[in-house]
Amino acid sequence: MEWFHAIEWAPFVLSFKLAGLTAAILFFVALPFAWFLSQTRSRSKPFLEAFTALPIVLPPSVLGFYMLLLLSHNSPIGHFLEETFNIKLAFSFTGLVIASCFYSFPFMVQPLQSGFESLNPHMIEASYLAGKSSARTLWSVALPNIKPSLLTALIVTFAHTVGEFGVVLMVGGNIPHETRVASVAIYDLVEVMDYEKANIYAGLLLAFSFSVLLMVYWFNHRQKMRVGMV
Amino acid sequence: MLKMAFERQLCGSSGKMTLHVNIDVNKGDFVVIMGESGAGKSTLLRTLAGLEDAYGSIIFEDTAWLEGTKKLAVQQRNVGFVFQDYALFDNMSVKENLLFVNPDNEFAQTLLEMMEIAQISHRNVRQLSGGQKQRVALARALMRRPKLLLMDEPLSALDPRMRRKLTGQIKMLHERFEMTTLMVSHDVNEAKEMATRLWFVENGQVAEYPLSVLDTLYKEE
Repeated sequence: MEWFHAIEWAPFVLSFKLAGLTAAILFFVALPFAWFLSQTRSRSKPFLEAFTALPIVLPPSVLGFYMLLLLSHNSPIGHFLEETFNIKLAFSFTGLVIASCFYSFPFMVQPLQSGFESLNPHMIEASYLAGKSSARTLWSVALPNIKPSLLTALIVTFAHTVGEFGVVLMVGGNIPHETRVASVAIYDLVEVMDYEKANIYAGLLLAFSFSVLLMVYWFNHRQKMRVGMV
Repeated sequence: MLKMAFERQLCGSSGKMTLHVNIDVNKGDFVVIMGESGAGKSTLLRTLAGLEDAYGSIIFEDTAWLEGTKKLAVQQRNVGFVFQDYALFDNMSVKENLLFVNPDNEFAQTLLEMMEIAQISHRNVRQLSGGQKQRVALARALMRRPKLLLMDEPLSALDPRMRRKLTGQIKMLHERFEMTTLMVSHDVNEAKEMATRLWFVENGQVAEYPLSVLDTLYKEE
């Protein structure tokens, strides 16, 4: 158990805190957006979808670079926040949360959107015909019928945020207890050639990622069995 | 009571065409709408319900539902609509499907008993047979006491015995709640049983025929 005591848990706690906050914020931001995308017949849909998917294909360093520019005190937004509320975003935990929300946005939007698009459109229309608003339909009819997609969206967003590295390093740097998350801590350990510790940290993240994915696939498989699709 | 004069583009099986609707409905009519697949029958009902855009005018009891391209929201029309594929809320029980539309427990119970599905009111709708599902859908469509009931091939997915049973129930509901009903159907028997008026949709035009046409069609079949 010696290795267990050698672990410094702060980076993991920070990673999970960041991932939990990101998933919670994104749920409320991405839910109406995914609903809109699934229902709209607007010509702007492909543009919005392409924009949403950007973080998947962009190198994290590119995204991180732009986020850093956006959040730094030289930018209008960063300047305004620093002057008015004394909030410093670059190289801070708050900045990390904002950057993570951009970075993980598609991982929340896409499962929700495809879940909504797989629903019988007549079921949605039946709710409108019953006099219900779009928001009420989303909450009481659409969302309860896409539970597997909802779980996938939440968990994959959480796991993906735990696994992010490039954006975190660019925006947050490597400040202990503030921005040094687990993935950055591993990078740090390898740099000082502490392979033994790096191995433990990496192993923990590997086990975590696998368990999370296993949970998602297992739940979705069981859900499909229940509704008789398998 | 219901005056329709509108048109709308269709992408039918035979390419693009325009659906022209210029016809009136009187209170208490039971209109059966027949015609080839893709002729625009469903589009006619969906436009009337507010689910599709169109150009022209729809006036229901002095309220404009459509004026030019400006349409009254689906939610504000209070139309009862029954889909061929039932379109029930899968996350709810039979009774919850009704109460979601209108939280009037007593009326829900009355409708469930009239449709002979009170004994399954707590079952999840996923577990029901096609006939049961369609009876739930019918009851649900009536929860807001609509004056206008629209049905898009409500019986075509059911077996003959269930069709006969539901034909009787639909007729009973139409009379009991003094509704005006428009129903799309392919079945001559159904039409003979229920229709007080008969429309055919052909090449984007809606034309009225006398009910005696049904006897001719019946003999041909």
